[in-house]
Amino acid sequence: MSAEELRFTQSHEWVRVDGDIGTVGITEHAQKQLGEIVYLELPEVGHVYNAGDEFGTVESVKAVSELFTPVSGEVAEVNKGAIAEPGIINDDPFGDGWLIRLKLSTDQEVAQLMSAEDYARFVREEEQET
Amino acid sequence: MTAPAAAPSTLKRTPLYELHRELGAKLIDFGGWEMPVQYAGILEEHRAVRERVGLFDVSHMGELEFSGSEALAALQRLTPNDVGRLADGRIQYSAFLTERGTFVDDLLVYRKAADSYLVVVNASNTPKDFGWARERSRGEVRVEDRSDETALIAVQGPRAAALMARVAVPDPVDLPYYGFRDTSVGGAPTLVSRTGYTGEDGFEIYCRPEDAERLFRALLSEGEPEGVAPCGLGARDTLRLEAKMALYGNDIDDTVTPWEADLGWIVRMEKGEFIGRDALAAQKASGVPRKLVGFEMVDRGIARHGYSARTAAGGGVVTSGTHSPTLGKPIGLALLPRAAAAVGTDFSVDIRGRDGSARVVKTPFYKRSDAHP
Repeated sequence: MSAEELRFTQSHEWVRVDGDIGTVGITEHAQKQLGEIVYLELPEVGHVYNAGDEFGTVESVKAVSELFTPVSGEVAEVNKGAIAEPGIINDDPFGDGWLIRLKLSTDQEVAQLMSAEDYARFVREEEQET
Repeated sequence: MTAPAAAPSTLKRTPLYELHRELGAKLIDFGGWEMPVQYAGILEEHRAVRERVGLFDVSHMGELEFSGSEALAALQRLTPNDVGRLADGRIQYSAFLTERGTFVDDLLVYRKAADSYLVVVNASNTPKDFGWARERSRGEVRVEDRSDETALIAVQGPRAAALMARVAVPDPVDLPYYGFRDTSVGGAPTLVSRTGYTGEDGFEIYCRPEDAERLFRALLSEGEPEGVAPCGLGARDTLRLEAKMALYGNDIDDTVTPWEADLGWIVRMEKGEFIGRDALAAQKASGVPRKLVGFEMVDRGIARHGYSARTAAGGGVVTSGTHSPTLGKPIGLALLPRAAAAVGTDFSVDIRGRDGSARVVKTPFYKRSDAHP
């Protein structure tokens, strides 16, 4: 999966829109920062979120991190494979390591998120600050 | 996702700092020290130590030297274990306690000679311990902080002895558990002890800071046949927790007594006066209110340090929690009311607002099968 067609948040999630479905995951940078992921908590199908809401948590050995949805919508599908084998998020964060699929409430939000290029710049700046 | 903070630049560094960077370590602030938390990954490093051998930079640990004709008398007063039972070349796990019987720190006492001891303390406690010990040491005893002149490398795992046999003279394979002696490692003068914080067989090498990098490199290259791996503090934490070894600042601190920490074996009431003894006697007489226990999560998710616990006998607190790489499930330590501390007792942990169910289990979580003599 190429990062080019994805849109990104400052909290290091990505979304890929296909029709009225948005697939959400965490970025390569995020999985690297977390280290080996051992637990993943995701919502049930049917939950409705606004953009920026916490929809779950991802835990590595050292840290727990909240997950925030980049877009508003109703959970249509949850990646049960990633819950069972969270290491797949480390191995393939933009592909098999996706987290949830949302039926989008609006098509207006995605354009406001960062492009791959903007996100790469954002990560570089964030790293320089520390 | 919320990004973890990187280490600010005002931190202390060990002599191995540049090498850690070269080896691709992720560095974090650990008690004021910029230390490697991981190289290849915590789970992989954990496995390396359980199955092969791992190298740890633990140069941040503090070393206090006690010398003089009354050094023994001073240590007998400062620590609850019986230093009088130590022979030359032997080591004892012990503590400094407050007058309330709670931990100032936990530590190792090395007896070099009747009038010479090395006390190894936790990194972030070193200045506190040094001041505390010096104020309370009377008579013919000198207390000196040797931490800046001492680097420390831990070699841990079932193949640690095979690796040490090739680089150390004399071969430390015959050292008993908690024994030590002067040893030349890769030509450098060191003190080697058969100690560790992982639950595996292993050694700790005390050396001069200027020799540390060369030694670490030599152990890495000589250890290739053993599958040696540099390991960070992340794996050190999962390893020590599986072995139920207490971590100061997490499981024990100045609110916890050895009785509560299940470390009663380091308290020798019969040896005579020591700081904290009266309070410990009083707590024993009135009943120890809580106990440090091991638990497994029945539900998913890690119960971490500081999360509150609810038992049928009252509240408690999680002191350490992680994912156990060996068991493949979440484990932890918690201070629970004594009536809820029996193995098999169910309790719940508040995991960020959600009730997680947990169960008290037998510890250690992991015990190596080839117990060393």
